[in-house]
Amino acid sequence: MLILNLKSTGPFIALCLVFLLGVFVNEAFLSSGNLANILARSSFIGIVAVGATFVITAGGIDLSVGSMAAFISGCMILLMNALHQSINSISIIICVAVFASIAMGLLAGLINGLLTTKARIEAFIVTLGTMGIYRSLVTFMADGGTLSLSFTINDVYSNVYYSDFLGIPYPVWVFFSLAGLAFVLMNKTIFGRHLFAVGSSEKVALYSAIDTEKIKIFAFMIQGFCVSIATIIYVPRLGSASGQTGVLWELEAIAAVIIGGTALKGGYGRVWGTVAGALILTLIGNILNLTDMVSNYLNGAVQGLIVIAAVVIQQRNGVQAES
Amino acid sequence: MKHRVKSSARLEQIFVFGFLVWALQMPSFAQTLGVSVPAATHGWTGGLNFHAEETKDRLENQYPELKIVLVTASNASEQANDLEDLLTIHQIDALVILPFESAALTGPVRNVERSGVFVTVVDRGLTDPSIHDFYVAGNNSEMGRVSANYIKSRLDQDGKIVILRGMPTVIDEQRFDGFMSSIDDTGIEVLDSQYANWNRDDGFTVMQDFLSRFPKIDAVWAQDDDIAIGVIQAIRQARRQDEMFVVGGGGMKDIIQRVKRGDKLTPVDVLYPPGMISTAMELTTIKLLADAPIEGEYILSSPLITEQNADDYYFPDSPF
Repeated sequence: MLILNLKSTGPFIALCLVFLLGVFVNEAFLSSGNLANILARSSFIGIVAVGATFVITAGGIDLSVGSMAAFISGCMILLMNALHQSINSISIIICVAVFASIAMGLLAGLINGLLTTKARIEAFIVTLGTMGIYRSLVTFMADGGTLSLSFTINDVYSNVYYSDFLGIPYPVWVFFSLAGLAFVLMNKTIFGRHLFAVGSSEKVALYSAIDTEKIKIFAFMIQGFCVSIATIIYVPRLGSASGQTGVLWELEAIAAVIIGGTALKGGYGRVWGTVAGALILTLIGNILNLTDMVSNYLNGAVQGLIVIAAVVIQQRNGVQAES
Repeated sequence: MKHRVKSSARLEQIFVFGFLVWALQMPSFAQTLGVSVPAATHGWTGGLNFHAEETKDRLENQYPELKIVLVTASNASEQANDLEDLLTIHQIDALVILPFESAALTGPVRNVERSGVFVTVVDRGLTDPSIHDFYVAGNNSEMGRVSANYIKSRLDQDGKIVILRGMPTVIDEQRFDGFMSSIDDTGIEVLDSQYANWNRDDGFTVMQDFLSRFPKIDAVWAQDDDIAIGVIQAIRQARRQDEMFVVGGGGMKDIIQRVKRGDKLTPVDVLYPPGMISTAMELTTIKLLADAPIEGEYILSSPLITEQNADDYYFPDSPF
């Protein structure tokens, strides 16, 4: 993919630099356990950010993803606990919950999409609204506390997060396969070309007989789908959801997308750049935990600096490649 | 026409009846108590709201002449607005408040106090302590000391520990300073401390990183039960549960349950009860209705919860 997109090498150079910083800071950084942790951890934000790449490329924005993830997590937990009363087979219960999660994600995306297109409300306002709604709903469902998955179900379900295939944790497989599919969808299909067109100029796209509303609704539904997939691998990690689940995921996802080289104003998207962006964000947190050179009080400042530096590197490279 | 006359006569009756009901109720609603707390945004505040609601129902049943108005706010300025409403609309006689932020709410609470309302402050003290008539709080530095003393005795004054802190606030500072001053004179080495923002996800990731970084950890001080849940999960994933133990804090039912079971990974918990709001509401009600002397400070201790006494601190119905 690197060779295919010369323009998008920026985020990968930034990723390598942050990686080298990690190696320099602590030798434990390179241990296989730590690398597996980083990849598995970045899969939540990464998957959500892959979806956000579509919405942002189409010229929209989705602020509701974090609370949507919390709400879907809460519903999955309640559903599984309820099914546990009547169904004995735990694998059936988990399958039902997984399908319900995907259905809810698609529906939530459809609602955001319809409100922005048919009701003609700014995506920023629509998703700010749904963000508040989902966040309150999950707090309400949990009575202000935490929803916990029954232990017997979680014993089985936790394998989805903690087990691995060929030494690589399942969440990482899911993350990279989803990114691969997203790359094909965005760069090799008519839908992808229409998406770029809508994001660059909605009017021109409309005059070119593109159903712009449909494209935008699809983008929001892809985002909802990605959120539900992230949720499916998030729930088995701690087996719980609360009002705190997924707080600020929307900002991290948007940051990953922008670090990855997608234009915030729409019209151009890079899926693998987003993947690199998500990895950079997770790496920064990990590196700060592996060192005591930085005062705890300054963690946020260091994160901010590295994010800005990553975007600077990314854009300089973009400019050089284009000229 | 006829119809209209009839309806206006009916209206008059309603008014007269309404006035009578109002007049009759006036003396019985002798006292109004306003309660202002932060909204349930995480486990501990969830428990706080649960206990506040429960105490409101109980007190109103017990004392028909008492009216309690409970309001929740999700930030400091919303809470300041709530105080104005409590004063002007509900005309409260006493206020129980758990301030969102000490400094920001000092002024608004002073205004309430100046209009003659009895003020009880809970947990987070105001910047000017002369404002409150009564103060109920947990003891954060004691909580740190109790945790430190347990870890000290278990490790025989020597060993390597990691600390997961909450958020950079006064509460966290007090806990941390209390803890550090108690291990000062021992051979216990703090490998590192990092903020885990009082939630499970950050507890999990921070602990994962501590585990990859330090080959030997004897104990973890998580100082909060939500963080502790994430920590436990990370330790299990690394299969290092036989090497260390975790000390949380708060009194969350899931953790108390583990302590009760004699779980080796979580042998104890340190209480910091969200039920302190009940203490404040009960005592303020006594002040209002019986005019018994309620003044000064009421500081709850932070006892160590062990396998032996865990039953006394287990509330299965609470969300926390």
